Amino acid sequence: MSKLLMSGNAAIAEAAIRAGCAFYAGYPITPQNELTEYMALNLSRRKGCTFIQAESEISAINMVYGASVAGVRAMTSSSSPGISLKQEGISYLAACELPAVIVNMSRGGPGLGSISAAQSDYFQATRGGGHGDYRTIVLAPSSVQELADYTHRAFDLSDKYLIPVIILGDGMIGQMMEPVEFTHEAPEILPVRSRALRGAKGRPSRIIRTFTSNPSELEELNWSLFRRYQLIKKHETTSDTFMTDDARLIVVAFGIGARIARGAIKNARASGMKVGLFRPVTLWPFPAEKLQELAKTTRYFLDFEMNMGQMLDDVQLSLGNGAEVSFYGRPGGVIPTPSEVQRVITRLYHQNGLDAKK
Amino acid sequence: MKTVYTRPKSLKKRAYHYCPGCGHSIIHRLICEVIDEMKLQERTIGVPPPGCSVFAYHYFDVDMVESAHGRGAAVATGIKRVYPEGIVFTYQGDGDLAAIGTAETIHAANRGERITAIFVNNAVYGMTGGQMAPTTLNRMVTTTTPYGRDEKLEGYPIRISEMLALTRGAVYIERTAVNSPAHIQRTKRAIHKAFQTQIDDLGFALVEVLSPCPTNWKMTPVESWKWVDDVMSKEFPLGVIKDTTGEKRAD
Repeated sequence: MSKLLMSGNAAIAEAAIRAGCAFYAGYPITPQNELTEYMALNLSRRKGCTFIQAESEISAINMVYGASVAGVRAMTSSSSPGISLKQEGISYLAACELPAVIVNMSRGGPGLGSISAAQSDYFQATRGGGHGDYRTIVLAPSSVQELADYTHRAFDLSDKYLIPVIILGDGMIGQMMEPVEFTHEAPEILPVRSRALRGAKGRPSRIIRTFTSNPSELEELNWSLFRRYQLIKKHETTSDTFMTDDARLIVVAFGIGARIARGAIKNARASGMKVGLFRPVTLWPFPAEKLQELAKTTRYFLDFEMNMGQMLDDVQLSLGNGAEVSFYGRPGGVIPTPSEVQRVITRLYHQNGLDAKK
Repeated sequence: MKTVYTRPKSLKKRAYHYCPGCGHSIIHRLICEVIDEMKLQERTIGVPPPGCSVFAYHYFDVDMVESAHGRGAAVATGIKRVYPEGIVFTYQGDGDLAAIGTAETIHAANRGERITAIFVNNAVYGMTGGQMAPTTLNRMVTTTTPYGRDEKLEGYPIRISEMLALTRGAVYIERTAVNSPAHIQRTKRAIHKAFQTQIDDLGFALVEVLSPCPTNWKMTPVESWKWVDDVMSKEFPLGVIKDTTGEKRAD
């Protein structure tokens, strides 16, 4: 199939439809409206599919919960303040072991913040986000093509592990246009999970719930969730590297930040500096082992994020005391340029005498 | 001997945890009787709320899914839209439907979602220990209105059913009670009609049931049943609030 020129938001929507998403509920918020609008245009009249513009983010995620209960692939999307509202539903999805895909095209915060791209929802996305002891898989794409690919993967992971999956993008990646190629055709028959609630016909009635007056019963549920999280860590942790083989300084960045860092690294390479990039693709589970492997060949790391160091904890925990980790961040929805990041790289490179090292 | 009554098939054989005199057990049984009579057990999905009836799934022998507080109408919307052949009902209390879930309820009604809401109004938050509900009557003493609900400070009991009747997507709304055999029969007929409205694909249907809560009202069961007639139904008049089911389209 040939490539199409699409915005990131539209690419997610198209990829979701091709992944067999049968239900979408959303609420207007910038910078993700193109996704909702694409679904209104292309999902709402599709056979067996539902599009609802909900009265609130809370309602949208709870509609997704209902659709997931009834066994179809369901999705909602929003941006930072709206994702805060969705946390109630995400916690219930996690507790009831229900799959769903949630897209966050994050923007500057805290509060109403700005509509400019930011990465300040890393904590919220990777630490569960809502109440209780749970995790969500978090995928961080850095191109429109990856938005499409990861959307498909998000639905697969969600069904496989019965867990809500977050696609953590940002306002920039959502709104920029790039060529994108879709590898899947939309399925003729929409998938329905086997343990869906569709009436107790030919089987005993089923209950989906978490509430119990017996704490040890809830503890057992939490243990079972935790065991599944261990499996996810083992099998699904994903990362990407760029020019790290001979790198003396490795930049750690995710999502659009990694895209900016990549530009800076190319320029730094052109001036003779041996710099590479490590990019976590799954923010949870965080690719700690892959990062540790890189510490065998270099001591120097620069964590770069469009926030004040939310991923830094994970980077430092992964690397331990053996590495020198510096940080550079811009908060509040300010988008740094590759040359700005390159200046930081150059300074660190020279300060640590990396150009002199053999 | 002639059998005049048996336990409904869709009501599990399990002792209720509800307090003596509570209306929940009667309303549960009525819903199950209707489900049996309409032969809906194999395609019904119930959505109970947090609250005293959070354990409703211990009693209803149909598929059930727990909803977050107040979100029943949104959850039911999601289920019904992807599985329109199913019969989806929510079971919600007054705090759930008329306070924290007001937005979900009004907009589900306004969209004319083909769902059935059973709205149990007992004028208090029961499970949490008798706090003021949106439907608490003025001058009524609760744990959070220890001086009586003062309209100047705490406002008025909300008539959410009348509000919902203003939405064009709601086609059948009735308020009943379960404090006498006659009222119980009337409630059953209303529940039957609310399910039929969904089967006929007409729009949103809701039955508000005034239900005694002797424990939190600090009354005996007999006193509480009398109070529904003497006081509560003066604020919340019984009867059909809206019925456009006879028309071809909603409203």
